[in-house]
Order: sequence, then C-alpha cells, then structure tokens
Amino acid sequence: MKKKMTAVTGNEALAEALRQINPDVCAAYPITPQTDMMQRFSDFVADGLVETELMLVESEHSAMSGCIGASVGGGRVATATSGPGLALMWEMLYVASGMRCPIVMAVMNRALSAPLNIHCDHSDAMGARDSGWIQLWSENAQEAYDNLIMAFRIAEHPDIRLPVMVCMDGFIISHSVGVMEFLSDDVVQRFVGEFIPHEPLLDVGHPVSYGPLVVIDQYHEYKKAQSDIMDSVFDVAAAVAQEFESISGRRYGLFESYRLEDAEFGIVVLNSAAGTCKDMIDEARENGVKVGLLKPRLFRPFPYAAVADALSHLKAVCVLDRSDSFGAFAPLYVEIAASLYPRATRPVLLNRIYGLGGRDFMPEHVEAVINEMKDMAGLKAPALQKKYISLRQYL
Amino acid sequence: MNTSLKLKDLIHKEMRLAPGHRMCQGCGAAIVVKMVLLAIDKPVVACSPTGCLEVTTCISDYTSWKIPWIHSAFENAAVTLAGVETMYKALKKRGKISQDMVFVVFAGDGGTHDIGFQSLSGVMERGHDLLYICYDNGAYMNTGTQRSGATPFGASTTTSPAGSVIPGKLQLRKDIVKIMAAHNIPYAAQASPSHHLDLMRKVQKAVSIPGPKFISILSPCHRGWRSHVDDAITISKLAVNTCFWPLYEIENGKTRLTYIPKEKLPLEPFLKMQGRFAHIFQGENTWMIEQSQRHVDDEWNALLSLGAPTDPEK
Amino acid sequence: MKTKIINVSNCRPVIKEPGNSAAFKTGAWRSLEPIFEKEFCSNCLLCWLYCPDMSIVVRDGQMTGFDLDYCKGCGICALECTGKKGRKAIRMKKEEKA
Repeated sequence: MKKKMTAVTGNEALAEALRQINPDVCAAYPITPQTDMMQRFSDFVADGLVETELMLVESEHSAMSGCIGASVGGGRVATATSGPGLALMWEMLYVASGMRCPIVMAVMNRALSAPLNIHCDHSDAMGARDSGWIQLWSENAQEAYDNLIMAFRIAEHPDIRLPVMVCMDGFIISHSVGVMEFLSDDVVQRFVGEFIPHEPLLDVGHPVSYGPLVVIDQYHEYKKAQSDIMDSVFDVAAAVAQEFESISGRRYGLFESYRLEDAEFGIVVLNSAAGTCKDMIDEARENGVKVGLLKPRLFRPFPYAAVADALSHLKAVCVLDRSDSFGAFAPLYVEIAASLYPRATRPVLLNRIYGLGGRDFMPEHVEAVINEMKDMAGLKAPALQKKYISLRQYL
Repeated sequence: MNTSLKLKDLIHKEMRLAPGHRMCQGCGAAIVVKMVLLAIDKPVVACSPTGCLEVTTCISDYTSWKIPWIHSAFENAAVTLAGVETMYKALKKRGKISQDMVFVVFAGDGGTHDIGFQSLSGVMERGHDLLYICYDNGAYMNTGTQRSGATPFGASTTTSPAGSVIPGKLQLRKDIVKIMAAHNIPYAAQASPSHHLDLMRKVQKAVSIPGPKFISILSPCHRGWRSHVDDAITISKLAVNTCFWPLYEIENGKTRLTYIPKEKLPLEPFLKMQGRFAHIFQGENTWMIEQSQRHVDDEWNALLSLGAPTDPEK
Repeated sequence: MKTKIINVSNCRPVIKEPGNSAAFKTGAWRSLEPIFEKEFCSNCLLCWLYCPDMSIVVRDGQMTGFDLDYCKGCGICALECTGKKGRKAIRMKKEEKA
C-alpha cells in the first residue's frame, strides 16, 4: 500500500483531524501556540467544510464550560488549548470528568507563567494530571493526529465516557513541519463513528438534572467509581489501538519501548525530546553502550505494571521531566518510581529537569545523561537525584 | 399565541418546579422561578450556577426540576447553557433534533454581577438565544449573606458588616440591567414578583425575541434582609412603590417604564422593614438614609426622562 | 432519606427522575400552620401563585386548602390573602405537634 506522505505542522495536522471528525460543537479561546490550529479550523467553519458550531468564547474557563454544556446537551465536542489556558480551565476539567463528558481536547504544551513564556514545557498538562482526564502524549505530528482520532473512540466508549486530552509539544511540534500521513476522510469518519448521547439534556421528553450537590455520604463513592472507570481504560485503549492499526498500519501501545530489552541503562521521556534521545541512543549503541528508551503514551491512567516490566531489569534509569514540581521530584519521575517500587530488583533512578520554557534540548544533553549513568560508580544513587540540566548561565 | 396570564388559566398549567425543595420558608427565589416558568409555554431547558436555588433544588439523588436542568459551577451558568444552546443549534442543523425549546438561566446576583459577570457578558455579546433571569436577593445568601456587587448601598452583610468604623457596604450596586442593555441585546428588563403580570409579560415578550435577553427580578430573602418570614410579596411591592426597584424594560436600546407608582413612597419605611439597614437609623449613620433616598431619586428621575412612560397600571 | 449505592454504572451525577424531590416532605419544617376559612375566600388564587412550596391546593378552579406534606408555614398566603367581607380566608396558627 503506497502511503501518501505530506509535510505539515502539528497544528495543521490536528486542524485536519478535526475537520475530518467534524464535531458538533467546539468552544475555544485562542492562546499561543494553539491559536494556529483553531484559526485553521475557523477557516473550515467559515468555508462550510465542517458543520461544527464554533463558540468563540471569551476565556478558556468559558471554553471548557461551554464544552461541558454542549457535551451534556448530547453531541460530540472538541477543543484545544495551551499553558495558562489549560490552567484557567483547571476547575472545569474536574467538572468535565466528574460529569463524564467525553470531550476531546488537544493541548499544545506550553510553560506556565510567571514569568510569562510561550514556549514548550509540560507544566500545563502535568498540572492537570489529577483531574480525571485521560492523557495521551505525542512525540510528533503523526502521533498527535493518530492520538486525536483514537481519543474520540476512547472517550466515547460506553464503559469509559471520560474526557481525553492529547498532548503535543508547543512550537516544537505544533509549528514545525514534519512528515506524516493523513488517513482519508471516510476512513476517519467510519473509525470514529456516530456519537451516541447518554442522558442528553436536550431530550426534553426525558428531563434530567445534572450537577447535584452531594454531601459527605456520597462524594467519596462517586470518586471511587471514577477511579474504577479509569482502570478500564487500558483495555479500551489497547482495543482502539488495535483497530487503528488495521486502518493505518501504525501500531500504538501504552508506551513506546526503544531498544530496551537488552539495555543496561534507560531514558524515560515524553513527547518530542524522545526523538533526540533515540538518535543519541543509536549513537551510544554504536559505541557499545547498552541504552534504551521508554516513551510513555498513556500517562493517565498510568500503566505502572507494564512500565515496571519494561524497566526493572535496568541498572540505571534517567527520567527526563520537562516540568517540575517545586520542592519535590518531578511528575514523570514520581510515576516511574511508583511503578518500580514494588519490584525486588530495580534500577537506580535519576530525575533530570530539562527544556523548561522552550529551552532547547540538544544531543549533547542526551549524551551527558547517558555518560552520567555509565559513569555511576557501583551504580549507587548519586547525591543529586534531581538536577536541572540544559542550563545556560546560572550561578 | 401566548398563554393567558390569568391565574384561573395558569392553574391548569403543569408546575415545572416540584415541592420538596430545600429553599427557606418564604423564599422569594422560589416564587420568581415559579412565575417565570408559568409564563413560558414551550419546553424549557434551564441552568443555574452554584447558589441558593441550585443547592436547594438538586441535592444528592433528588431534583425539584421537572425540566432538563444543569449546574456546572458558580461563574459560568450563562456560558454553560450557551453550550447547550449551541449543541441544540448544531443538532438542529444536522436534522437530529426538531423540537422547539427555550433556554433559561436562573442565577443569583452572585453568579451574575460578580463571579458570573464575564461569562454572562460573553454570552450577551455573542448573541446566544437564551433568557437570563437573575433572581436578585442582594448578597451571597447561600453561603451566609456575604456582600455582592448587587448589595444595596448601606446594607450590612457578613463581609460588609455594620461596624463601629465602617457602617456596612459603602458602594453602590451595579446597574446590571443597563450594563446588559449596553451589550446591544434586544431586551433587558427589571421585574418584581409583587407585580406578577408585569413580570410574566416581560418573560413572554423576552422569549418571543430571538437572541440574548436579560431580566433582573427582585428576590426577597428575609434571612439575609432580616425582615419577616412572610413578607416576600409585601416588601417587594414596597420596593417597587418607593422606586427602589423600578419596573422598566430596554427594548432595542429604547427604555420604557412599565409601571409608575400612583404615589412615589419615601424610602425609609422600606429600609425600616429590614434588619440589614437597622444601623443607618442610629447615631452618626443617618446620612446614609438621605444618600440612599438620593440614589433612588436620581435613578428614578433618569428613567422618567429617558423615554415615554407607559400608563400607570394596577 | 436513603441515597443510592454508587457503582461504575450509575456514577454520573445526573438525576433521571424529574421532580423526585417530592419524596422529601418539607411539611416537617413547620411551626405555624395555615388555617383556611372558605367563606372569606374570593378565589383570587394569589395564594396559589405566591406559595413558594406549591402547597396551595386548587381543585376545579377553586382554592380548597393546603398540601401539609410540603407547607413550610411561611405565612405569605395569609399575609397576601385578599379575603372577602373584610376578613382574610387564611390565617396562621401555632401548630400543635403530636
């Protein structure tokens, strides 16, 4: 099968995905670096290429609120945001998941203020990791496009009905041109299928009331149920990925495992930096260093057991976080540590913070990290388990 | 063809708010919601922000709403319902829905003047087809009577208490009806449950107009106002007849008084009925009575001069 | 009142029985109860309109009494009653509880 490869930016790719899916309603507010995607989608709306009703709201909090109202109304809803926009939605993210709204949102990962910075890091989506949203992370435009399409199937699955955010690096992926393949409109539409509303508010013949006040006798159980539903996501995501492979030829798992089986050292990293890492891993391998990589795709729910299976045999693992939790280990590190904790043998773990606010992550940074692991005498945990790398001038 | 607003005809309509709600005895908000729903014939889809009405009508597994209703959060009732309305437009366009219906927000002054202001403003500007009803009891009553942007000048609330140094709220209320009209919406109005025909006619008129509409309705709260448990109607009637709460409408930018009291009563007796104003009758605070009267007079005179007043009714 | 047992299939915070708050009898809140004297009733129906708890019972177009399951005893009906022959048809009385 000859594939039609094209060169597009991440934002173009996602705008195209949304055009193909043609959701009923989209409520969105512009924010760099998401803006370009929504502008392209606005063109589609203005030219009648989609039937989507576009709500050009006055803030991201209103964007998510409008999405919740529309979703509960009984139709397919999508939106997109970045950085402080996601932060502004924070309250409503919990409402969206608590109300079981299968909203799909693209997040072009961007740093949070202050100071103001429009460039890439993962602090936005990491800040939302407890919100009950399913999170899929994407290395490049192809993965983002594929993940966005699969997101609708996962979100709308009758056993799930939870919102999904699809992350891709702001500017690095959203604005740079990459090579990828689009699926055809009818393949996408057949894959995503018809939206099936559950308890739609607009069914006036069957009036329902959404959003009760619940007190101490019920809230705890509501959240337990939400937690249980999250546990079902692994199987659903796997089934959706399998079906997606049959229409695209591309296989997706819970994470990408790169040259890990026979490795001694490992790097764990999300999104685009994984590309740089894989290149440097190949180079290191040529120099006899047995290093591999694990790139999570499904971050929420987190596949602890599978990740531990992939990493426990290693001597050392460096977890690269593109966000920090001030005063603590960074988010990705914490998940890796939690997955490895129950194992009898497990690697030494390092937490390295890189690339905040769009700081370039260069091949030499990967090399340094590999060498650090290689040079760890007796593989004892170093004094500085958490360290910032890719620093320039800092006293 | 609108439903008759005669009570002997209205009694045959389905009551779309069920009893068993947890609103206080004598709550003005319940009366406001009843009247609004009775004035509308079509199916209604409603939304309320967090507040008295919301927590008392939908708690744990129980709801007093016999219509579709949603609560999502405090600051976004307008845009939440606008999302529902937008989905309605989308599904109608695709031929998936054909039923006619009306979208109504029932929000308190907190969720309207203050925390809800931004999303309301956005909805009014974007032209969504919905009716926004503000049941205005002049404070965040649900959480214990904290001051809001709608709290009248001089009122003592739990966050603007009448103290020995600061005698209650010293700021004027926001003029929300005019603010809404300034969004160039086709219809904005002020109403009171004491004048139910005026209120219901305004609701009927509003729902017959496409686009965003806003009605601010006085909603007496004897708890927060520290008045009497049975005075919701009496006190709102006095509010209207003192011109503290003028009944008017702004239709396509043109202001029209819909009720002129036969005799404009002085404000004092209205204030005296409420414990939240008790302090302004004491000691050095009495300047606040004159100030309040002046605010009322200024607004009333401005309304009188703005457009041809209608014939006094009732 | 019992609340539902929650599991993954009913954990969406949505209530599917419209108006089921009627199961909660707010009449228990009362300390004053309304007394109706029909001979003074002009059937203006304002009590029906004003009652915040839908507790005025109207049958065949006539005000007939109160729904004491829900009446909270606020007294609005009594205060606003237009009455007839110079007397009100509704007055509030301190309720004798069993």
